Amino acid sequence: MPLPYSEKVMEHFRHPRNVGRMENPDAKSVEGSPACGDMVAVYLKVDEESLRIEDIKFESYGCASNIATGSIITEMAKGKTLEEAKQIGWRQASDALGGLPPIKTHCSVLAVDGLRAAIQNYEERHGLIKERVPTTVEEIRRRLRRVMNPVVGLDLVRTNLVKEIELADGRVRVVVDLPSDHQFAANIHEEIIEKIEPLWDVEKVVVEFTE
Amino acid sequence: MFDQLVYLDNAAATRLDERVLEAMKPYFFDTYWVATSQFGYSLGIDAKDALDAARTVIADALGAAPEEFIFTSGSTESSNAALKGVALALREKKGKHLITSRIEDFSVLHSARALERQGFRVTYLGVDEYGRIDLDELRAAITPATILVSIQSANQEIGTTQDLSAIGAICREREVLFHTDATHWFPRVPLDVRETPVDLITVTAHLIHGPKGIGGLYVRQGTPLSKWMDGGFQEFNLRGGVENIPGAVGFAKAVELVTPEETDRLRSMRDDLIRRLLQIPESRLNGHPTCRLPHNANVSFRFVEGESILLHMDMRGFAVSTGSACFSRSLEASHVILGIGGDHERAHGSVRFTFGRFNEKADVKAVAEAISDVIVRLRAISPLGKE
Repeated sequence: MPLPYSEKVMEHFRHPRNVGRMENPDAKSVEGSPACGDMVAVYLKVDEESLRIEDIKFESYGCASNIATGSIITEMAKGKTLEEAKQIGWRQASDALGGLPPIKTHCSVLAVDGLRAAIQNYEERHGLIKERVPTTVEEIRRRLRRVMNPVVGLDLVRTNLVKEIELADGRVRVVVDLPSDHQFAANIHEEIIEKIEPLWDVEKVVVEFTE
Repeated sequence: MFDQLVYLDNAAATRLDERVLEAMKPYFFDTYWVATSQFGYSLGIDAKDALDAARTVIADALGAAPEEFIFTSGSTESSNAALKGVALALREKKGKHLITSRIEDFSVLHSARALERQGFRVTYLGVDEYGRIDLDELRAAITPATILVSIQSANQEIGTTQDLSAIGAICREREVLFHTDATHWFPRVPLDVRETPVDLITVTAHLIHGPKGIGGLYVRQGTPLSKWMDGGFQEFNLRGGVENIPGAVGFAKAVELVTPEETDRLRSMRDDLIRRLLQIPESRLNGHPTCRLPHNANVSFRFVEGESILLHMDMRGFAVSTGSACFSRSLEASHVILGIGGDHERAHGSVRFTFGRFNEKADVKAVAEAISDVIVRLRAISPLGKE
């Protein structure tokens, strides 16, 4: 049996590019936390005129998939404009790495989120961002597209596991079409909370399972 | 692949001892018959003799009578048989309450959960920071409806051992059956049922350089136990299915080959390793410093993640294990590390090293140096621990 990780993943894991801390970055982000598992920090140097990413660095407290994704997306983002870099998704990152095992896609999403959050941080710092908009069910659904179903490595929305989304008075209820004793129920539960809770006007997130 | 593999995951599986294989061989090629009754053809009686002899060796090692020991396919089956067998036997007669701990292996925990779905009530005892249960908490949890207490002898991840005599005494006094999962304990640590009041014991061969797919259950004479898996009348009508005679013979041989001298050797390597690992900054031992299996070391390293450690160690030719969520099949952090009050971070950076017969003294220094190097590398790219 071949190793679960592609040669490209292992290569980036062994020799991560653009790794380390940046002095005086123009923007930075930290996604994840030690408590929830993986954690990624992304640092940017951006040219004010062209809004191009001149330099980028990342740090990872995570598994091989997380380190390799951090490495590949920093390579991909370097030299791109912020708008271009925003378009880098986990799927492109995963393709560039020669694929990731389904169960590991969530670690790779975190690294991609780190890049997006760093770009957002730059935009906020430089007044490039519009007014805060109230959360909608659509926005929640968009975020749930970043929660992976580890069985197949595709997101919950695409694999039809989101049965119901309810939003009222800052309270979000998500019903997942899986039994509560499913192998990945605890993981999916945690990931949904992680993705929805940071929304500025969301106070409580409740995740329910159908059985 | 490597010049030399240093295998330190002997709590997952062990390399078969050649002497075990030699003992098993005749039962694949020469004496391959099923064990027939004493009135059967003579070939089958030879097979039965081999099975009985193997049974006697293992029963002896437990201080039990041969008819108190049945062969199974391994620990998972044995623990299923104990929990579900007692539950079936006593649900009408006594009650529907069981007690276990939060840090049991999945064979016990998931059997307990399955029983909960059948209407049983289960109390999951917490453990202290070292992984030991509180005896007063156990006493308080026993009710007139309690039919079984199932507490492991030693933990699969952190190696902490429980006070079986004290737990057994409480169960005896309160007239509750006591099952212990001794998968990681037997026969490295002595366990004699004439001294320790325990009614059911789960044991297995594959962690003592025996074959996979054979284990057993000690059932004290008179213990109410129903069959949870239907089949023929084998194993004193407690476990149906054609007997795995080569496996049983191999298991017995494996038990005979474990000696106190060997266990001392493993302990001394283990102690040396712990001493070296704790010299790494921001490291801590998981589990009890003294009440622990002789061949287990488990250490958490802060600011780094276990799967990354494991892969880097693998590239250097070392096989170790981790309690990190990224490594688990359910993406959940080790329930054992969380159970001893550790957080996700501690589980994340935990590494388990387990010794076996084929480890040598030089392995200790080599693995400690490799780990130290890997931790330095991974900490250099971690966002944590730099402030």
